[in-house]
This record gives sequence, C-alpha cells and structure tokens, in this order.
Amino acid sequence: MTSNVNRRNFLKVSVAAGGGLMIAMYTDAFADLLAQGRGGPPPPPLEPSAFIVINKDNTVTITAKNPEIGQGIKTMLPMLIAEELDVDWKDVRVVQSDVDSAKYGGQSAGGSTATPGNYMPMRQLGAAARAQLMAAAAATWNVPESSVMTMGGGTVMHHASNRNLKYGELVAKAATMPAPALASVTLKEPKTFQIIGTKVPSVDNPAIVTGKPLFGMDMNLPGMKFAVYEKCPAFGGTVASANTADIKKMPGIVDCFVVEPNPQNSLSGGVAIVADSWWTAQNARKSLKITWTGGADNSTAAFDTNAVALSKAAPQSVTRNDGDVDAALKSAAKTVTAAYQYPFLVHAPMEPMNCTSKFADGKLEVWATSQTPQQAFQIATRLSGLDAGAITMHMQRMGGGFGRRLANDYIAESVAIAKMVSGVPVHLRWSREDDMAHDVYNRAGGWHFLSGGVDAAGKLVAWRDHFVTVGSQSRPSGSATLGNTEFPAKFVPNFSIVQSINESAIPTGPNRAPGSNVLAFVMQSFMDELAHAAGHDPVAFRLAVLDTPPTGANGGVDAERAKGVVRLVAEKSGWGKRTLPKGTGMGIAFHFSHRGYFAEVVEATVDAQKRVKVNKVWVAADVGSQIINTSNAVNQCEGSVVDGLGQAMSLEMTLDAGAMQQHNFNTYPLIRMRQAPVAIQVDWLLSDNSPTGLGEPAMPPVIPALCNAIFAATGDRVRSLPLSKHGYSWA
Amino acid sequence: MAYTLNVNGKTQTVDVPGDMPLLWVLRDSLHLYGTKYGCGIGQCGACTVHIRGRAARACQVTVQNAANAPIVTIEGLSADGTHPVQKAWMDLDVPQCGYCQAGQIMSAAALLATTPKPTDADIDGAMSGNICRCGTYTRIREGIHRAAGQKAEAL
Repeated sequence: MTSNVNRRNFLKVSVAAGGGLMIAMYTDAFADLLAQGRGGPPPPPLEPSAFIVINKDNTVTITAKNPEIGQGIKTMLPMLIAEELDVDWKDVRVVQSDVDSAKYGGQSAGGSTATPGNYMPMRQLGAAARAQLMAAAAATWNVPESSVMTMGGGTVMHHASNRNLKYGELVAKAATMPAPALASVTLKEPKTFQIIGTKVPSVDNPAIVTGKPLFGMDMNLPGMKFAVYEKCPAFGGTVASANTADIKKMPGIVDCFVVEPNPQNSLSGGVAIVADSWWTAQNARKSLKITWTGGADNSTAAFDTNAVALSKAAPQSVTRNDGDVDAALKSAAKTVTAAYQYPFLVHAPMEPMNCTSKFADGKLEVWATSQTPQQAFQIATRLSGLDAGAITMHMQRMGGGFGRRLANDYIAESVAIAKMVSGVPVHLRWSREDDMAHDVYNRAGGWHFLSGGVDAAGKLVAWRDHFVTVGSQSRPSGSATLGNTEFPAKFVPNFSIVQSINESAIPTGPNRAPGSNVLAFVMQSFMDELAHAAGHDPVAFRLAVLDTPPTGANGGVDAERAKGVVRLVAEKSGWGKRTLPKGTGMGIAFHFSHRGYFAEVVEATVDAQKRVKVNKVWVAADVGSQIINTSNAVNQCEGSVVDGLGQAMSLEMTLDAGAMQQHNFNTYPLIRMRQAPVAIQVDWLLSDNSPTGLGEPAMPPVIPALCNAIFAATGDRVRSLPLSKHGYSWA
Repeated sequence: MAYTLNVNGKTQTVDVPGDMPLLWVLRDSLHLYGTKYGCGIGQCGACTVHIRGRAARACQVTVQNAANAPIVTIEGLSADGTHPVQKAWMDLDVPQCGYCQAGQIMSAAALLATTPKPTDADIDGAMSGNICRCGTYTRIREGIHRAAGQKAEAL
C-alpha cells in the first residue's frame, strides 16, 4: 500500500489499574506486518497497544504480543523493551497478550520474521518510555531534561545534585506529561547493552519444570466438555451418512453430529463426538459407522512413477534460464546427471492440535494455539456469525509449531463444534493419530532431475534442474516450490530451472524452513557431486562458485556473507587439516534462507553395517550484527541440527488410496537421545546487517552436510531420503 | 468404579472406568496437567511419572493397575521446583517449547535416583524413551550431568 499519508508512530501514556504508568504504542510497522500476514492491506490499527506498565513497586509488566511455539519470542520481545527502558531483567514480569489486531498489529509465528520486524520498534518503545520517565524526573526536580540520565535498575539520576528517583516513584508524574515522539527517541549504543546479547532463560521455565498448566492442552474450565472429530482418512472426503443417533445413546456422551465442510474457513467435514471426558469421547469413536464420499486417491507409488514420466517429457514451465545450458553441457570437460527425491513429512509437534471454545450469551471465547491467531480470529468471526467485538481469543503456549499451527483447521473445528453445544466450554483434542492423518504436510514430496558440468579447470559452468513437484492445475502445492533465486542461481553462467506438476490433492504447507528444508539437500548434495567430478575440495569448490560474477536476475544469496560462513565453518571444524580414521568423513553444506546465512559441517563415522554415528556438528551463522538472546539462539541452532538429522535418517510419510500410512511415532521414528550428536558447536559471524531470525535457517544445511559426510566416509552418494531406505541406521 | 490413588503423597478416590489410562485420570480427573499426552502408545515419554519410584509411561498404565501404588508426578517431584534436575533445567535454559520437558525431567530424576553419577551411555539408556521434537537433547544431557554434579563428558 502506498499513500501520501504520513507514517504514523505514536505513544499514549495513561494511568494503569493499580496506579502504575501504562505506556501504549501505535506503529505502522506492525500494521505492515499484519498486511503481509494477510496478503493485503488491513484496516489500520485503531488504538495504541499497552505494552509497558511501570508499577509503583518499581517492577515492570511487559506484554509479549506474539504466539510462543518454543522459538523464544515471549522472552525475546520483552528483552528488547526492557533493554531500552533500562531496567533490571529481574524486575520484569511478562504477560501474554490476547489476540487483537487493533491493538497489536501483526501477531504471528512464522517465517523467522519476528526479529527483523520487531527489533527496532520494540527498542523504540522501551526508549520512549525511558524518555518519558526522565522527563518526569526533570520536571520533578525542575532541572533541564538533558541533565538527567538513567542508571539501570529503573533509576533516574541527576548527577549535579546527586539525586535519584526510582521509576515507581515517577509514575504519577509521568502519566500527566506528553508522550515523546517515537521516531525521535535516542537508542542505546549496542556496546552498552545489559540484556540484549546476554543469556536470558525462557520466562516460562519455572512453570514448565514444575508442570504448571500453560499449554492449550491444559485448559480446565468449569463445566468443560471434551470433543473428538472424525474426518475422512482420504483427504477431502465428506460424510455421506453416520450413526450419530447410536453414539448419542452411549453413556457419558453429550452429543454427536455431522459437521458440514466449509473450505473457505479451513473446516473439513466430519463427525463430532462431545462427551464428559476425552477418554469417553475417544472410545466412542470405535463405535462410529461412517460412509464417506469423495476424497483424494493419491499414492506414493503413483507419484514416483509419474515423476519419472514427467522428467522425460518437456517441462511444463520455465522458472529461470541463463546462458545456454545444453551447449555448455556438451562442451563441459565433465558432466554429472542425477535424480534426487524426497518424501512427504508430517510436522508432528509434541502437543497434538487442540482448541477450547465457549459460546454463551451471544459471545464467543476461544483459547487458541495458533501461529496465525489473527487469521484464526477471522475464521472464528465468520464461522460464529458474531461481530469481532463479541469474540475474545486468548493465546496459550504451544507445544511446538514448526509451521503446523499456521493452519487453523482445528480452531475452525473447535468453533463449529462449540457452536452446537452452546453454554459450556468445549475442548477439542486431536489424538496423535488425528495429527498424523490430517496435517498440512510438509515437506511435500519432490523430485529433481539434475545435470551439471565443469570445465577443464574444474569450474562450474552448467546446471539444470527439472523440478517435478506436487500441485494441481499447473501450480505447485503450498510450500512445494523452487524459486528463481535458489542457490547456485546467478553464480553459474549457464543455468536453468524448469518445472512440471505431479497432480496431487494432498494439503501441504510450510514446515520449519519451508522449501529450503529439502532444497538444500538437493542443491548442496549435487554441488558436492560436481566438486568431486572437478577433482576439487568441496569447500574450495563452493568458494569458487561464490566468486563467479553474477549472471541473469539478481537477488538471493549475497556472495560475501556466504563466503564468510563457509570460511568460518571450515576454520572451526579443522576442514582439511585433520586426519580422520577410515570410515569417518566430513561433509559441508551452505544454505541461505529466512535472511540467514548458514554453513555447517558434519563429521560422521559409518561402519560396515551402514550404522552412522554423528561425532560432531559445526554451525557457522551470519544473522546480522547482534545475537539477542545468546542462550535461546544456540538452543534454536542445536535443535535445528537435531531435527534435520532425524528427518534425514528416518522420516517418511507414504500415501495409499489418498490416505497417509503412518499413524504414530512407532512408524514415524523421531530422533532420540542416543541417536543425536553429543557435540554441536555454534559460531556467530557478526556482520553489519540488521539482526534476523533463528527459528528456521539453521536446519536446511545439516541434511546435505550429513549426506556429504557419508559420501566422504564411504564413497556412497545418497540421492533420496530418508537414509534408512538405503540401509543406513543410527549406530 | 471407584479407585483409590496415592498421588504426590495424597490419597484420592476417582470414579472412572478401570481401563482408563492413568494419564487421563491424572489430567482430566485430578487436574494435574504437568503430565503430558504426546502419543498414547508409550513411544514418546511425555507422560512419564514415577510409580513405586520407577519411571513409567502413564498412558500405558490403567487406573486399576495404578491404584494404591505410590505415584509421583512432576507436580510432586519437589515442593518448590528445587529438585536438582529442575534447577539444572532452569540454569541451562533447556526447554524450547517445553511440552516434553516434564517427562524428560521425570525420566532424568528416576535415573539419578538409581545412578547418581551417570555416564553418557547411562543417559542414552534412560532417556531414549523420551522424544524431544525441538531437539534439546544436548542440553538435556548436560542438565543431567549438571544435576549429578558432573562436568559433561564431551563438552
């Protein structure tokens, strides 16, 4: 949206309940984030949101506005405010906001966007609040504002007269004074940071380690009933008939009914059972007799056969075409041709999908676990038929997201079911089996038919990828895409990406580092193949590619930042400098996604039975000038590495007759303690760029780094995932 | 049917079907929400509690089999969150999403009760029944060593 309306950023100060000082903010930056999340311009937020309350006892209550899925945002956003407010972290209390786009603008967890989107506005807010308190102190002492300063710990000082006042003592005065202009406030020099750049444990840790109710699953409301929801195993199927009358007669059952599909509002058709306890409702499912109609008929076998057929036909579309790939392949000194493939995955966060809704007295209250709660709010508005003002939506902590909770299908179900059981709260809880059968799957399965060539000097001169992806009506399914700037695009003079669609009715969507989470495997494994074909060291080969003058459309990877992390990880891992025992190899991979540059090295030992032990993983990362929370930043990288290794070795969802064939963790073996690497080293390459997010970009490179390490250890090149299909297992 | 349960030192009576898993009795009848549901088939360990001092998966134990046995849940591991494992978890900032961590802590506490100075191999053996989808295994391992008063082996 472009307009000649001035950008708006302003503060509002007022007296909070209990007599504290409440500082609320409106900023267009949040409105912009909201617009991105919805894919269009929103109505502008109407009222400033209350982010900071300074209490009379000198404690500070800071509102965390974004949903917490384990990415650490509930701790990080308040850290940014507290830093510039110049208070001690021990005096900060954090509260989770409700869902309110008018107050908070963008509230979402996805795309590693929270850090780049909030780093400056949250700091400005804290700095403005500090300026307000300094002005109040100056007025109290009748001295110039320029003569006072804050001393940390929530104290304003006037050096000349050696006087100081605690923030708590200033709240009454500050509430009567005009708010400073947000854009003009003075921010701290990063070298003076006391909170940013330190280890700040999650604010919810005390509740987590003592088992306090915290998650969506932990809801307990007076009179609450429990719901389960049965859907067609084949995607998109709907109910033709169901024995709801029989179910209703069973003991402990409150109600049983058919819910009609409403695809515009993420609602699949199905049969709801509401009971006094979840166990009763879940058991009653065994007595359901449902006739389904319609639904997908996709199968993994048909996908694979069709992909090969598509690879032999002319591609359906051209994504990028630089130079003359055919000619370059003909004249290349060496060429490599390879087919890469990867399966569908399910997100499987530890906490299965759930949502609690209550209709009463013309109002709807929802306790949601959503990465896109504002979209969930819109769905609740449309399905309930109520005005937005009659709906309250709370945000519960989530037991993992990974992109699964970007879709709000279970929230739609909860609202639709609760509407039928008016007057009492209804807690919809999916089983693990529901979760695995009805995901918005990702990775989507995909196939890459690659050719590459190097010249006599070993320089990469040609690269072609015929990408076959799932989709329908000539469009890829959600997050099953390959863009025109994917590395090594622009660094190869003759380069093309072409695409064909494997018809699919399977719902797909983002998973941690969508697209990247598997494109890195293909691109960085094939890059390794070409390095070996050229007879060059894999690190040196990558650096040489990055030194190639750009061809064609620009965008994507910044060569200098990329080289920086490749060199750093090589240095830290002792690349090429250590003698490894037989059966042990090191693999490197680089990937750029979500604004972050990551190079990773895996050292792995493979025995004669193809049992793999990852000895150590090195991560080198450039996510800008500042690591905000040094504890969580490393935790996110370690978790991403473990996640990726687990996916690479063992994980696969297969389809038959339009239904997924894996139903629980016995057939979808997530990585465990004894399989995970004991040592993961993370090194930061601080650069002169704004700080960016860490929820996703550390994951993609570890998969090809592992595969390249297996090649280095054994000479076996793995071109399809998971590794277990090729006889590999964890040692 | 009525069953008498001894949970965290308190004796309570619940009126539920005998085949109801202890997990759902703890959560939905006794409102102890620290014990989590992750899979329902004993694969993930999110519902780990102590029964007669040993780690057990509450989704795999029926209420009739748990009756009268001393049961400890995460809420009863310590009065105020000061069990060495809980303290180590907070010191090291182990959790990400936190959903599995009650189960991880209960497995770790059971290990340390029998093996006060565990090796990495001991940890692998005792903790591989607990899945952490966020992948915090490095810190869980370090946390157990910390709680045991040890330096981590490989770090």
